Amino acid sequence: MTVLKQNFQEPFKRYVEIGRVALVNYGKDYGRLVVIVDIIDQNRALVDAPDMVRSQMNFKRLSLTDIKIDINRVPKKKTLIDAMEKADVKNKWENSSWGRKLIVQKRRAALNDFDRFKIMLAKIKKGGLIRQELAKLKKENAS
Amino acid sequence: MAPKSLRTSRNPDLIRGVGKFSRSKMYHKRGLWAIKAKNGGVFPKHEAKPAVTDAAVTKQPKFYPADDVKKPLVNKRKHKPTKLRESITTGTVLILLAGRFMGKRVVFLKQLPSGLLLVTGPFKINGVPLRRVNQSYVIATSTKVDIFGVNVEKFDDKYFAKEVAEKKKKGEGEFFEAEKEEKKVLPDNKKDDQKTVDTPLIKSIEGVADLKPYLSARFSLKSGMKPHELVF
Repeated sequence: MTVLKQNFQEPFKRYVEIGRVALVNYGKDYGRLVVIVDIIDQNRALVDAPDMVRSQMNFKRLSLTDIKIDINRVPKKKTLIDAMEKADVKNKWENSSWGRKLIVQKRRAALNDFDRFKIMLAKIKKGGLIRQELAKLKKENAS
Repeated sequence: MAPKSLRTSRNPDLIRGVGKFSRSKMYHKRGLWAIKAKNGGVFPKHEAKPAVTDAAVTKQPKFYPADDVKKPLVNKRKHKPTKLRESITTGTVLILLAGRFMGKRVVFLKQLPSGLLLVTGPFKINGVPLRRVNQSYVIATSTKVDIFGVNVEKFDDKYFAKEVAEKKKKGEGEFFEAEKEEKKVLPDNKKDDQKTVDTPLIKSIEGVADLKPYLSARFSLKSGMKPHELVF
């Protein structure tokens, strides 16, 4: 939502609009990235994604992201996919800090018992190296 | 008549109780006419087998119980070992959940006929010897060790049976003497068995990075770990 007046603080940064990419935060499609393709009424939106049947969702189930794509109201699936490719939604999401956090969470949840052990060893080693460097710097500072 | 072996009826059921073929048709189908013809127009008759006289075969029992003794019911059930969880295969690393070696990570070798699992530390790595463990007291991880070259054919439940100590007669003198404590020493053949099983295992374990310290360490639940959400 662009406003022409100067020194005007936008009340919101992310708006519900056609083309807004959102993350589903409740229900069967939990964790899926979807695009709002139409607004049904005050509470619900028509929502679509490349690997999903177009369906309605309550706004309460959606968490809006910063990403927005350029589409018309209720585009065909192919048009939607092309628009998502053009806006490079996947890469933008995976490089955003929110997207990266989710990827790390998924990786951590899938860790094996052996993996957790290896990570523990790696953390101890890393801590040891940091402490060595710190000791060196302290020594240099003291002298 | 010669006994039928797994032969279904030649007279299929139209409905339960009603056959497709009539009695005369069945007579023909069963070939009774051919049996008669072979025997000269009459059905073959066999003489009754001479009844075996009981007196010749059985001796009179020397004891008759005063009351009628009930015979126990026939039990034809055969013992099967417990169904092994799909996640447990040879070489799987298991976490023991109870007993002296609680929390230890051990290598699974095979399932014994009683259903218990045969595991080994290996002994040099974490102190767990060749041991039997119940499947219910174990978490199976998805880490597997290469069991190539390990021969566990000779181990079964009899190998692990307790040795029956000879009963010593108590003499009066022994009450006053200090009790001689006999230490239970592990026989040498068992120590050798442990070594033969463990050496190829240790070799394959040392081939994987960090696996040896992993098996040496015990597992414990730390703060924030939710067992129902952990992937093992």
